[in-house]
Amino acid sequence: MSMQRLSVPQHRIAAALAASIAATLLLPAPAQAALGAPFAAIAAEQTRMRASIKVSSEAGYSVHALTLPSGTIVREYVGANGVVFAIAWNGPSQPDLSAVLGTYFADFQNAAKTGRGGRNRLDLERSDLVIQSGGHMRAFFGRAYLVNAVPGGVSPDALR
Amino acid sequence: MNLMRWTLIGLSGLVLAACGGKGSFDSGGGNTIAGAGANVATAVVSAGPTGNDINTLFTSVTICAPGSTTNCQTIDNIEIDTGSSGLRILASALTADLPIQTDGSNNAIAECTQFAGGTYSWGPVALADLTISGESAANLPVQVIGDASFATVPDACAGTGSAEDTVAAFGANGILGVGTTAADCGADCADVVGNGFYYTCSSATDCAAAAVATSAQVQNPVTFFATDNNGVIIELPSVAAGGGTSATGALVFGIDTESNNSQSAVATVLGVQTTTGFLTVALNGTSYAESFLDTGSNGYYFDDSSDAALLQCTDQNAAGFYCPTSTLNFSATVCAYDVAGTCAGVNQSTVNFSIANADTLFAGNASYSALPTLGGTFSNETTIDLGLPFFYGRNVYEVFEGHSSSQGAGPYVAF
Repeated sequence: MSMQRLSVPQHRIAAALAASIAATLLLPAPAQAALGAPFAAIAAEQTRMRASIKVSSEAGYSVHALTLPSGTIVREYVGANGVVFAIAWNGPSQPDLSAVLGTYFADFQNAAKTGRGGRNRLDLERSDLVIQSGGHMRAFFGRAYLVNAVPGGVSPDALR
Repeated sequence: MNLMRWTLIGLSGLVLAACGGKGSFDSGGGNTIAGAGANVATAVVSAGPTGNDINTLFTSVTICAPGSTTNCQTIDNIEIDTGSSGLRILASALTADLPIQTDGSNNAIAECTQFAGGTYSWGPVALADLTISGESAANLPVQVIGDASFATVPDACAGTGSAEDTVAAFGANGILGVGTTAADCGADCADVVGNGFYYTCSSATDCAAAAVATSAQVQNPVTFFATDNNGVIIELPSVAAGGGTSATGALVFGIDTESNNSQSAVATVLGVQTTTGFLTVALNGTSYAESFLDTGSNGYYFDDSSDAALLQCTDQNAAGFYCPTSTLNFSATVCAYDVAGTCAGVNQSTVNFSIANADTLFAGNASYSALPTLGGTFSNETTIDLGLPFFYGRNVYEVFEGHSSSQGAGPYVAF
C-alpha cells in the first residue's frame, strides 16, 4: 500500500489536498474542539453530542456555549489565535470530558484518583493547568483552563 | 474476639442507660440522639472498609431478592449520602442474587453514576427488597456497581472521568443516597435520550443511551417505606476539635411521624431548590447561591479569597485541604434557596465552624476518622459545601420533594 502511495504523482496529491481543503471550507463552522487544540480540530463533535450552540464575543476571545441533550451546558473559550484556552460546564450530568478536555483528560482522571478529599470535588492546580469539578448528583459544574493561554486581562473567575 | 464484643456492647449499653431518657441520649454537644427504634439506623463515622476514610458516615442494610426470605444479605459499610439519591452496591460486596431491572422490551437497564470529584460508577440497575432498621422498601431499583458481566463501559460514560467500581476505589461497600430528590435523575432522564445517566442494553456488552421512566430509575429508598417516608434526620454527636477515632449517631427515618422524630422547634425550615438541593450560604459579605449540605463530602469545602490566613496545604498528603497556621473561626448564614441568590427576606440560620491545619489533623493520630475542623478548597465562586463536619453535634432534618412535615413542605433542610 505504501509503495502505491509513493508512486502517486505529486500533482495528484496536491489536487486531492486542495479538494479536501475546499470541502472543509464548505462545511458549517465546527462547533467543538478540545482544550488546547485549534477550535476547528474536532468538527464532528457537535453532531456527535447533538448539541445546540450559541456564540458570544468578548474582548480578546469568543465563547461557544453548547447545550447538550442532557441539559448540561459546555462553554468553550476560544482565543484570538483560534485555540481553545478554557472549558467550563454545568448541568445535571457531567459532559463527555474526554472529548472536551482532549489530551488533558488523563490529567483529570489522575487528579480524580489522588488525595483524601473524597468524591465530592476535584481541584487540580498546576502552574500550567487548572481543572476544577464540583457539585453533586443532578448539579455538576467545573472548568479547566490553560494558565498561560488565558488572554491578558481575563480573570479566571469569568471562565464559568 | 467474642469477649471483646461483649465488653463493647456492655459499655455502650451503660452509656445509653446512663444518659438515655426515653431511649435517647445527649450527645455531649447539646443535641439528643435517638436510641434504638424501628425507624432508627445506627450511623457511624469510621475509617471504613479501606481504613483510610475520613468524615465518612456508614450504616448497614439488608437486601433480599424481591419476595425472597432466603436470598438475602446484610451489607455493612454503606455510606450515608445526603448529596445523592438511591442505593448503590459494589458488585464485589454483593452475594445475594438480584434480578436485573428491564425496560418494556426486556432490555437490561444500566446506569452511569457520576460523582463531582471526577469519577463514575457504571453498572446495571437491579431490583431488591431493602430492610434497614425496622423499615422496608419492596421492589426497590438499586444500582450494582462494577458488575463483571457489564464490563463494557459506554464511551460517553467512561469519558466522564475515572472509574470507581471497586470497594478500594469507592471507600465503601455501597452508598445510600437519601438526598432531597425522590429519584436520582427524574423527568430529565424519563424524557431525554442521551441524558448522561441511563442506558438500555440488548446484551450485557451492548448498551446504548436511553430514556428510562422515573419509576424504573434508582430512587431514594426512604420514599418507598410504608411509613416514616417523608424525610430523614442525621443525628451525630459532637467531636473534639482535634478529632476522634469514630463517632456514633443515628439515621432517623421520618419527621414528625413518631415520638422520636419530632422536628425541633428551633430548627428553621430552609427550602432548597427542588432538583439540585441548592440553598444560599453567606460568608464574610459574599453570597454563595449554589451551596448545599452534604454528608457525602468529607469536609467544609469553600473558597474565601477575602481571608488571607486561609492557606492551602503544601504537603501532598493534604493536597486540596486548608492548612492555616492557627485555627480559623467562621460564622456563616445558611439561607433558604431563592432565585435572587441572596439571603434577603428568606429564612436563615447561623452556623459557626472552625478550620484547623489539615497537616496537623492528619498527623495527630492516624486512627482518627472523625475530624470536625477539616476544610478544603472549592474553587467555584458560588458554592460552599457544608460537608460531614457540619453535621457533628447537630440534628439535621431533611424533608424530601413531594413530601411535607408539620413544619412545612419539602424539599427543605432544617437544623
